[in-house]
Amino acid sequence: MKPRTLMRHIKESFKSIGRNSWMTFASVSAVTVTLLLVGVFVLIMMNLNKVADDLENDVEIKVFVSLEATEETVTNLESQISEIPGVESTNFSTKEEELTDLVLDFGDELSLFEQSNPLFDVFYVKATDPQQTKNVAEEITALENIENVKYGEGKIEKLFNFLNAGRNVGLILILALLFTAMFLISNTIRITIVARRREIEIMKLVGATNWFVRIPFILEGMWLGILGSLIPIGLVALLYKEITDFAQPRLSGELIQLLEFTPFVYQVSALILLMGVFIGVWGSFMSIRKFLRV
Amino acid sequence: MIQMKNVYKKYPNGIVALNGLNVEIEQGEFVYIVGPSGAGKSTFIKMMYREERPSSGQMFVDDIDIATLKTRKVPMLRRQIGVVFQDFKLLTKLNVYENVAFALEVIEEKPADIKRRVMEVLDLVGLKHKAKMFPTELSGGEQQRVSIARSIVNMPKVMIADEPTGNLDPETAWDIMNLFERINKAGTTIIMATHNQQIVNTLRHRVIAIEGGLIVRDVVGGDYGYEA
Repeated sequence: MKPRTLMRHIKESFKSIGRNSWMTFASVSAVTVTLLLVGVFVLIMMNLNKVADDLENDVEIKVFVSLEATEETVTNLESQISEIPGVESTNFSTKEEELTDLVLDFGDELSLFEQSNPLFDVFYVKATDPQQTKNVAEEITALENIENVKYGEGKIEKLFNFLNAGRNVGLILILALLFTAMFLISNTIRITIVARRREIEIMKLVGATNWFVRIPFILEGMWLGILGSLIPIGLVALLYKEITDFAQPRLSGELIQLLEFTPFVYQVSALILLMGVFIGVWGSFMSIRKFLRV
Repeated sequence: MIQMKNVYKKYPNGIVALNGLNVEIEQGEFVYIVGPSGAGKSTFIKMMYREERPSSGQMFVDDIDIATLKTRKVPMLRRQIGVVFQDFKLLTKLNVYENVAFALEVIEEKPADIKRRVMEVLDLVGLKHKAKMFPTELSGGEQQRVSIARSIVNMPKVMIADEPTGNLDPETAWDIMNLFERINKAGTTIIMATHNQQIVNTLRHRVIAIEGGLIVRDVVGGDYGYEA
């Protein structure tokens, strides 16, 4: 395509937006509403996902080393555990260190145990994929010189099931919203195209190629998508600013954290913009197909 | 210029519009297509610019094989052909100049060439002074002249006109016919479907009569042959 022709297409698409101002308003509103919903939803979903990740990453396996173990067997054990596939890190803590932690957490009364420490030496093991914690724990249990293995069995399975279900439901809802948005756009653009049927027919009759007819409509759809994404981008950014300003100080030092305002807000904005463009282009493309058969 | 051999056209609803048509039209000819409504005139016309394609048989327009022409190549065919309609098919949002220029813009001509050509044809059809006016501000005859200007602006070898005088009063119709005569004299083949007995009988040219999807009469310099 010649640059001159591209300029013509761009001009045409802008003209059409101005000419069909009511239809433009209708489609842009439809995109705005749906993208706003999608945007808010993405905010919620991504943060839930973050919370889920935080919770998952906090899951660790506590391996109690049997009392008979010598220093050598402990070193052996450490390398054995590290070699298990799916183990991310191991952290050794002697029973003395364990007691110090306990005293720190629960007070000095416990320091009387210093005379005869009833605790075990412990390995803290993290799985690369927290969802694999159970399997890793089972493999560790099979090793020798181990008293006990604990990882919150039962509870973490329930947590993981819950988190996974939440993620899937969120994904389905976002897809459903996107689909609705596309349907709305493609319908509104179809109406603008019906209004310009004659123009398309004449273009075809004087020898315009299909792409020549199509491109202005596709550009128009793209502009509508971009216009429709502006308000959602602004509102979502504002909303998230408020949320993080409110939540960040209250959550400081906690296990659960929200996603940082930047770069998350840029990512969400880009996503909304991309979705707007995609919805607009796809909607135009689908609507114009049958009008090209002249 | 145009060859049809045993062209047969059956529409999906079962109607047979053309029933084995044979015809040959030479470059530079002026041909009237006459016949009662529903005889197949429109199908005949539409096939020339491949809005319809033959169900069977062979058809060539300027050596382009219509029956096997790929959809992708249809624009190339239409750039060789100017089409004029009874209802003018002008774009009401564009002025006279833009309507004519449109035909050159869509085939990506150079802007300087577009301007020159458009002014030339507007001069030819006598509408140079109304270039800035919109179709709704023009009379029927003037609108048809705009559409003729558009159809010849890319210098086609063939001009196809489907009832070009159907919506016009007799006097205006004669203006249009005079224009066609001039275009034809300049070497453009003209194929015109019409119901206008007076025109056919006065401006004598080859007359092809179609009835029931067949050519029933083909006489050079013939008369209209139907009661008006």
